[in-house]
Amino acid sequence: MENRGIVIIGAGPAGLAAAIRLDELGVRDILILERENSGGGILRQCIHDGFGLERYGESISGPEYASRLLEEIGKRGIECRTGSSVIDIGRDRVLTVASARGTEIIKAGAIIAAAGCRERSRGAIMIPGERPAGVYTAGTAQAYMNLYNRMPGRKAVILGSGDIGLIMARRLTLEGAEVSAVFELQDHPNGLERNIVQCLDDYSIPLYLNHTVTEIHGKERIEGVTVSEVDSITHKPKAGTEKYYPCDTLILSVGLIPDNTILERAGVIIDPVTGGASVDEHYMTSVPGIFSAGNMLHVHDLADYASAEAEAAAENAALYIEGKLDTGGNIRVAAANGVSHVVPMRVSGNGPFTVSLRACRRERNRKVEIRQGEKVLGWHFFPLVIPSQMITVHSDAASGSEDIEVSII
Amino acid sequence: MRYRFDIVVIGGGVVGSSIARELSRTNAAIAVLEKNSDVVDETSGRNSAVVHGGFAYDRGSLKAKLCVEGNRMMGDLSEDLGFPFIRCGKVLVGNTDEDMRTLENTIRQGYDNGASGLSMIDGKRLHELVPAVIGSFAMFSENSGILDPFLYTIHIAENAHENGVSYFLSHKVVSIERRNGIHIVTAGDDVFEAEWVVNAAGLGAKTISDMLGITGYKVIGSKGNYLVLDKTLGPLLPMPVYPVPSNTYMGIHVTPTVDGNVTVGPDAVNTDDFSYYGVPGDRMEYLRESASTLWPHISRKDVIRTFSGILPKWVDDKGRIQDFRIEIRDDIDDRAVNLIGIESPGLTAAVPIGRMVSEMILERTAFHSKDVWNGHHDKPMRFDDAADKTLVCSCENVTEEEIVRAIHNPLGVHTLSGIKYRTRAMMGRCQAGFCHMKIEKLIERECGLRAEDIRYMGPDSWILSGKMRNGNGK
Repeated sequence: MENRGIVIIGAGPAGLAAAIRLDELGVRDILILERENSGGGILRQCIHDGFGLERYGESISGPEYASRLLEEIGKRGIECRTGSSVIDIGRDRVLTVASARGTEIIKAGAIIAAAGCRERSRGAIMIPGERPAGVYTAGTAQAYMNLYNRMPGRKAVILGSGDIGLIMARRLTLEGAEVSAVFELQDHPNGLERNIVQCLDDYSIPLYLNHTVTEIHGKERIEGVTVSEVDSITHKPKAGTEKYYPCDTLILSVGLIPDNTILERAGVIIDPVTGGASVDEHYMTSVPGIFSAGNMLHVHDLADYASAEAEAAAENAALYIEGKLDTGGNIRVAAANGVSHVVPMRVSGNGPFTVSLRACRRERNRKVEIRQGEKVLGWHFFPLVIPSQMITVHSDAASGSEDIEVSII
Repeated sequence: MRYRFDIVVIGGGVVGSSIARELSRTNAAIAVLEKNSDVVDETSGRNSAVVHGGFAYDRGSLKAKLCVEGNRMMGDLSEDLGFPFIRCGKVLVGNTDEDMRTLENTIRQGYDNGASGLSMIDGKRLHELVPAVIGSFAMFSENSGILDPFLYTIHIAENAHENGVSYFLSHKVVSIERRNGIHIVTAGDDVFEAEWVVNAAGLGAKTISDMLGITGYKVIGSKGNYLVLDKTLGPLLPMPVYPVPSNTYMGIHVTPTVDGNVTVGPDAVNTDDFSYYGVPGDRMEYLRESASTLWPHISRKDVIRTFSGILPKWVDDKGRIQDFRIEIRDDIDDRAVNLIGIESPGLTAAVPIGRMVSEMILERTAFHSKDVWNGHHDKPMRFDDAADKTLVCSCENVTEEEIVRAIHNPLGVHTLSGIKYRTRAMMGRCQAGFCHMKIEKLIERECGLRAEDIRYMGPDSWILSGKMRNGNGK
């Protein structure tokens, strides 16, 4: 068994940033475990720009963002083991790692879990109809095109307006495929405003809100989809609105789910709303010494924010291995009016903290308020809140044990 | 090409392959003609994967007899053929006095059929066996079980192949004639001459029967839709939970899989389209609601996939479901074995069906026993067996070594679905999101195929339109 100080799972924007921060803080025994054969995570296939505005003050591509982090990792001599999949976390932070060398056991002083998320699949949203080839999640199609030089099809329909779906609408168009339309179940797009403009509007690709695919056609390869308008509140398809769109490819961009199979096995409590671990303001999970950050904790809108969150988790993990992390009380933080989820889900009451949240609806001139009983711990005014953007608000320390509520008012 | 065999078996599913495997004990030259690109693409791979006890079928029926035999030998078969089988038992849950009477009658019928290990249990015992079940009492069948329907069928087929049976996949039979006592079977561009023809075509059995001149059968399709639930739920369901059965239909049940998932289904909808496997939206909701009256853990968020299967049911003029029919019609063709209506419990009964058909043939043609016959198939290679544990599928922990081994399977199947059924890669909660392209690349590399030539399952199920850029890109 190998003994290590802090083990980071995942070499994407979160894991790499966490490692760099740990090194800056003087932590020397750091090990990054990455299941792919190279670091960078999902950034490797995100060849569009728009990354780095927060972290580097300029718009760069995903691979450039990844290579800046990886260069830093290299310069600092931080060990990153690629081709290494964590398949189990047992008691006392003992990891089982599968790689070309077989299985290895590593005991970690602390773990930062930053393994990202997966895409919601066709099965998960139960689209009715036949099961032909040619139905891909946006990320799978993106990997085929940008990492494997393979074209998934020639005539596509896109279901869901998540950012990767919008990016793929443009990418497929640029490669000569025809993208008929993007359909979104909700009454608002799920992706960033800039992607609607730059990926759809600039290429005259129509976006239909309150629409969904109600049947997939094609015995072997997809031949078309039936699309229906849905009720904006119940999301039930409206009879008589069915329209047939021929296509040879259906791209799904219908949501991301934090990928927590490993943490579930470790006995970490998973939040039913975010799908990630339930953490305190130190990003520590319900299992002491296991921290989580980035898209594995909750889905972020920007890689930059995933990196920043992982840095904060790293700072706390560094304190933890020194025995200096004051975990204290256990005050629940709840999403209230207009808020779909919050991170953290509980705080110790020992100091100020930061809340990340998502709005349920698009609204103008709203205040995000963090309140414990009668006391307002923090607030911030926003001219516009939209579900596709993550909101961050700072809060003063809580006290006592009463629940904290975060609301948009 | 023109081929000459002693016996041509039409249909390479679990029944056709079992027949071929039994016959491979002799010196007969045997071919299996399968219209699909793999042996598990239809009913053999699309079912509840339950090994039945034999209590649900009419006294004296072939279904009862062959099911009881199949159940009894399943433990040994699983050892010999290296496929996963768990004799976990199953419960049929009741609530009313009428349920009680039906279940007691079912037990009596079961014992008359030769089944064993059947008993009524009270609510307390029921909840010890399956903690979360909803019901007052149950019939417990301790010898029922579950198996991996893909590996079960594939290993029977591969073992037949190992013993000299020739498999012709993607060979749909289009005509059969008999000249001078020899059958001439045309499939694809090939022609097969054989003394014997066995019709084990499952959903296509009526079509083949008609080609043989044995007409008049009415076969209806009974389509069952299923939900597949995430592996987090497997530990909550130690055995299949069924409602009280009717005469001809087992009801919507919840079933653990040998790999720890849970399936919900099937409903039973009559269909004349024997190749439409789409699952309608309203059926998904119906399955969830219906099975939730038995077991409370079925939630939409845990559904990772849906699928459906179609059972070929032989019915009489009044639409009543009939027994298995396994016959040689001397008046029409004395060298053709015709199997009609092989539906449930065909999975359980496949090997006894194979033996029965083999005996029928050997009574009439004296094929000699082989000196050497190997009935053993190794267990599939799994994570623990791989030296290099580089993962391709992280949901199911499938290594590259396993994928490469599966690509070089003896039947020569190199579709994505073929790899999936052999390794479990792509069956997990991400549904191939992260490993689709890795497996595609391995198939290209191992088989020397171009991207546009790789198929998901059937010949038109292309997965990529090709490379984006030519040149030196890999």
